[in-house]
Amino acid sequence: MFDDFFIRALIAGVGVAIVSGPLGCFVIWRRLSYFGDTLSHSALLGVTLAYSFSINISLSVFIVSGIIALLLLNLQKRTQLPGDALLGLLAHSTLAVGLVIIGFLSFIRFDLMGLLFGDILAVTIQDIIIIWLGGFLILGVLYFIWKSLFASTVNYDLAAAEGMRPDVSNVIFTLLLAGVIAISIKMIGVLLITGLLLIPSAMARNLSNNPQQMVAFSIIGGIFSVILGLFSSLEFNTASGPTIIVVALVFFILSLLPLKRKTALQK
Amino acid sequence: MNSLVKLDNAGVYKSSKWLVRGVSLELYNRQIVTLIGPNGSGKTTTAKMILKIVNADEGFVTNNTRNMAYVPQKINIDWTLPLRVIDFMNITSHINHSQIIEALTLTGVEKLLYNEVRNLSGGEFQRVLIARAIAKKPDLLVLDEPVQGVDFNGEIALYNLINNISNTLNCGILLISHNIHFVMSSTDHVICLNGHICCSGTPSKVAKDPAYIKLFGEHTASTLSLYEHHHDHSHSSDGSISK
Repeated sequence: MFDDFFIRALIAGVGVAIVSGPLGCFVIWRRLSYFGDTLSHSALLGVTLAYSFSINISLSVFIVSGIIALLLLNLQKRTQLPGDALLGLLAHSTLAVGLVIIGFLSFIRFDLMGLLFGDILAVTIQDIIIIWLGGFLILGVLYFIWKSLFASTVNYDLAAAEGMRPDVSNVIFTLLLAGVIAISIKMIGVLLITGLLLIPSAMARNLSNNPQQMVAFSIIGGIFSVILGLFSSLEFNTASGPTIIVVALVFFILSLLPLKRKTALQK
Repeated sequence: MNSLVKLDNAGVYKSSKWLVRGVSLELYNRQIVTLIGPNGSGKTTTAKMILKIVNADEGFVTNNTRNMAYVPQKINIDWTLPLRVIDFMNITSHINHSQIIEALTLTGVEKLLYNEVRNLSGGEFQRVLIARAIAKKPDLLVLDEPVQGVDFNGEIALYNLINNISNTLNCGILLISHNIHFVMSSTDHVICLNGHICCSGTPSKVAKDPAYIKLFGEHTASTLSLYEHHHDHSHSSDGSISK
């Protein structure tokens, strides 16, 4: 039952979980979940461009999501539109444009379900290399900007006043988010990537009382969600992305159980 | 002696109006400069110019130090962020444990070290904010209404602490305060702001200025005459008079 493709999916999935754990925490702290959704929806456009110009999917998704991310940061400063409306506008228009382009590319056969919800069969050795190398790069950069990013997450003015250059780390973080989406799109699919970012981190919030702890629990939760999710996906013949997210949701619900309240009271 | 920061005719323009304009001031080591003025008079904006959080749209801001610490007027910690006092103390720098304890002891909240910040009361959190700024040992300390929500005795103690800090840390302090009593008795230089500088100078000079009396009303201004006679002696912390 341990086919090659399954081992590949496991290795890839664990890599994705390790990277999405810390970034997911920041997505929650900075209230960026809808922002993440917008980026991942725009990823579909990136996929279609990858097919059109036959370039690597992750690279193409990173470029498109990165551009959308920078565009959003810029537009948020200029437009009168409320932030959520702006995000919705970009999320759905990029998704729509991506789907329309797929319609035009009739000479290529698309596995649309795979794109939207993830496909473990599609994970290649090359994908694993991209996930782990990209992941190391993303976490390395995050480690480098951590202090500045965290300070500006706590309070922008404080970070700006005390020389933390919050604007720089905000832009870099947004690009890292695009990077995570780029490396996890094949595993999880366009529609559910934000779920893998958010749910393990939300679970971790219920168990932690300091930021480092929350990041650690978030990574552990993500890894277990991916492993159990992939096994279930194989066993029940369900799509990998949704199954992983369902497992993560179960962990989240377990973290709400009263067991944790007892420890909170004992403190 | 070089000033820590110098504003030269600085102003900030936002949403088609000047938030504050024509502000000139200089701040030196061991000096406490206070900004007073009604709500919306540009006190916080002026502080943010000094801290380089906002850029001046006209005039010049010259900082001669990068080592600044800030106690903002309002700060909301998102409840999704699990943050203990000890984590908060270190957010913009790395301060060793004993210095953290020392600073928290000064503001009377050393027992809260491992408490989550979101569970603190308003006054407790203000004390933590002040402790964090002090622990950084800055050259320039900017305090924006630092004692709001602190209990009455605590307020006096914290103002005394602020008064001492400029000497012990050898730093300059910019204070925004509504506590006219402290401002008039303990600061070196008062700037009265209402969109622009109405008047400035030593407390006793400002207290007599017609612009000040007009802005704060006869009543407040007259309470200050009480302070005039304080200038020939001072009180030590137990209230006894020391010449």
